[in-house]
Amino acid sequence: MLDTLLPILIAAALALAVIGAGRRVRLWRQGRPARVSLLKGLAAMPRRYLVDLHHVVARDKAMSNTHVATAGGFVAAAVLMILVHGLGLGAEVAEGALGWLLLAASATMFVGSCFVARRRRHPPSRLSRGPWMRLPKSLMAFSLSVFAITLPTVGLLPEDFGSWMLALALLAVLVWGLGEMFFGMTWGGPMKHAFAGALHLAFHRRAERFSTRTGGSGRSTGLKALDLEDPKAPLGVEKPADFTWNQLLGFDACVQCGRCEAACPAFAAGQPLNPKKLIQDMVVGMAGGSDAAYAGSPYPGKPVGEHQGHAQGPIVAREGKALVDAETLWSCTTCRACVEECPMMIEHVDAIVDMRRFLTLEHGNTPNKGPEVLDNLIATDNPGGFDPGARMHWAADLELPLMADLQQVDVLLWMGDGAYDMRNQRTLRALVKVLRAAGVDFAVLGNEERDSGDVARRLGDEATFQSLAQRNIATLAKYRFLQIVTCDPHSFHVLGNEYGELGGHYRVHHHSTFIAELHEEGRLAFRPWKGGRVTYHDPCYLGRYNGEFEAPRNVLRALGIEVAEMERSGFRSRCCGGGGGAPITDIPGKQRIPDMRMGDVRETGAELVAVGCPQCTAMLEGVVDSAAEVRDIAELVADALVEPPAGHAKGPARTARPLAEEVVS
Amino acid sequence: MRPESHHDAPLAVTVLVSVGRHPLTGRGRRADQDARGVELSHTLTGAAVELLHAGRLDEGSEAALRGYLGMGFESLSLLEQPAGADVLPALAEALEASGPQLVIAGERAEQGEGSGLLPYLLAERLGWPLVSGLAAVEEVKEGVATLLQALPRGQRRRLQVRLPAIVTVDAAAPAPRQSAFGPARRGDVDVQAVPARDDADLAQWQAQSARKRPKRLKIVKAASARDRFKAAAAKAQGGGGQVLTEVTPEEGAEAIFKLLKEEGVLR
Repeated sequence: MLDTLLPILIAAALALAVIGAGRRVRLWRQGRPARVSLLKGLAAMPRRYLVDLHHVVARDKAMSNTHVATAGGFVAAAVLMILVHGLGLGAEVAEGALGWLLLAASATMFVGSCFVARRRRHPPSRLSRGPWMRLPKSLMAFSLSVFAITLPTVGLLPEDFGSWMLALALLAVLVWGLGEMFFGMTWGGPMKHAFAGALHLAFHRRAERFSTRTGGSGRSTGLKALDLEDPKAPLGVEKPADFTWNQLLGFDACVQCGRCEAACPAFAAGQPLNPKKLIQDMVVGMAGGSDAAYAGSPYPGKPVGEHQGHAQGPIVAREGKALVDAETLWSCTTCRACVEECPMMIEHVDAIVDMRRFLTLEHGNTPNKGPEVLDNLIATDNPGGFDPGARMHWAADLELPLMADLQQVDVLLWMGDGAYDMRNQRTLRALVKVLRAAGVDFAVLGNEERDSGDVARRLGDEATFQSLAQRNIATLAKYRFLQIVTCDPHSFHVLGNEYGELGGHYRVHHHSTFIAELHEEGRLAFRPWKGGRVTYHDPCYLGRYNGEFEAPRNVLRALGIEVAEMERSGFRSRCCGGGGGAPITDIPGKQRIPDMRMGDVRETGAELVAVGCPQCTAMLEGVVDSAAEVRDIAELVADALVEPPAGHAKGPARTARPLAEEVVS
Repeated sequence: MRPESHHDAPLAVTVLVSVGRHPLTGRGRRADQDARGVELSHTLTGAAVELLHAGRLDEGSEAALRGYLGMGFESLSLLEQPAGADVLPALAEALEASGPQLVIAGERAEQGEGSGLLPYLLAERLGWPLVSGLAAVEEVKEGVATLLQALPRGQRRRLQVRLPAIVTVDAAAPAPRQSAFGPARRGDVDVQAVPARDDADLAQWQAQSARKRPKRLKIVKAASARDRFKAAAAKAQGGGGQVLTEVTPEEGAEAIFKLLKEEGVLR
């Protein structure tokens, strides 16, 4: 009986899976077109899965081993099952070796599913429940039943073992397993992640994120520009169908593991954002319906089941409720902690900024101080609305060389809008002292400099960003310099990663990187550190966005400081709350993000926290009753400066050896 | 706030908008008071609002004018007038032709003459009443508008005025909403060629930049926060003022004439 039923069952499951796949693909194709190389993507997919994705999954060793056993076992078992039981290649081929292999595969899968089951006994709050709770049982049903039906094939049990009752029971379990694994994969069950995930990896919108056999950067963080030339091109994302199809596919790949939720500073602060829920809401919107079936942590303070939408309906309603509330989108600090943690390589920040663009450019609904800041940027080229002619007042006594006078230097010092901020002016003055001590040939743009456009872009005002960027690029094109150095990681990121698309290609360095280089060349010497314990806070836009984790630590080490690391540091650093215009839109939560970060600092027992970003400085210094002092790395370096030892005499005004090669823009 | 529904035609409102000038950088922008006027028109539910500008459409003015469109309008009428023209006749004729019930304008322009006289001259020429310093339009019913006028120190005065009327707004009116890029770019600037009349007076005037005058500092000698608050909130003690009620227009005019002589405004 089994011999006749099995091929039918397997064929039916496969046919249903194919129909489901067609339906799923239709859902994705509601999105806008995107330019991805389909064949190249598919060819790169195995490597992206086995290397890049696994690199993220392996941060949790136990889970990664569990997944290798379960998924590996399943893929092997499924292929072998189709061969052995579907096509009847069991006994004849290679003396039943296929059958033995199938036994091994399903056994491996069973062991894996036991670990999945153990994980699900007391799941952490970040994991979604609902259908996911039945997954280990389904995995076991599949692996056990496949194992059992294969036993007669290899001759371990007689062909007619047991009664027809037993065979029927076995078949029922097999139907359950097949249903979850094949049918559920394409019809929206938990196993959907495997189908959508594989294609998402192949057609990812940031192919540069993945390593290649020759290396590859593995970092792609700049936002993609909107086409403002074409009046027909949509300004951001209004409805789920406005995402590109591969973005929709990416949302569908989510496994609801909640690593993003655990990393999100806004979620921890009780602001109404949960990256996992946001992605699930996009899936709900794509397929149409309400979020009532969602079985994970909700947006803090927003009960599940009150929001709904469909692919052609608005995501954020002008009035009332739709799929997502605007304040959810405005809670994001764009710190990219979620993207960094996501084992499915989903791009949460891109999606959030896409939706913000529509709110700002079409609704004109940037919350709180947003409109004022944007108007200031339009009218005065700085977010504070200060006189553009006062940009150099902080350096009235420093006689800083201007690019307009010199035309050509080694280093262009990009001041950033911190030039108007009295706290950051101390950092800038310290940095100038360091540059002069090392004899660096540098100059500033002076009043010709404008805001880089970082805040405007992250508030969704792409038009103002592009206007500022184009004027900055035109200014920079007038002068010759080898590299740009800045103490503002936001300017660093925008100049280095986002101006390229608009035609400005520069070599940009954060001041910590540059100071580390100067010290390595022996052009700076420091007196040993005499202060207390020091910790270092990684700015998101320096670390996660640009991968610079080591240079600031090298500088601190050179100062004789042993960094007492916070638990969340490096690529897992917790945001200060100052990015993405979050201090401007100021969405209320239960606590403040910088307070939590200073709590992290307190846990290390540090008396001083070294930072490398004006935003972080402002946010962390704004914490009341904090035990630790906040100092920029440039300030620490400037305080420790001594004359370089003999033999390393100060370099001439122009360095003999160029520090960098010119990049022609 | 809402016009009564038994008036079948929606309330016709025209907002006069001008090209503003940022005080620090001098860049063109939505004029703040005019933008507040546009915002006020948004509070009139069911009203048919038209934006009207008299001037030129060029590189300097287009972004500013589109700024008003970005507040949620599909079009803006522009009466083409060269620089130095007297826009009063053009505006008056356009308003007479379109016949709005309510005209909203800012108190004064941010550039050009900026005398703040235009709404008054317009009211005089059209023979309509004018109410200045509006904070809100509370109700429009049977051709009568109930207005809330802003007075110094947060005081409000409720007025009723028969329409058509001209109202002006200053900083007491609701803050303008954000101007969105999409609607601003899509909006239509409807340029209408109208006869221009040179401003003969303006041509004879001599313009010179204003001198920065020393400003008297207000020194508050207060020991406590309470005293400082009282000093900030206190009414200025004008000594010799007098309130005239129930006097004939002639007596009132005489009193004003006498005061202006005393103050040396008239000689």
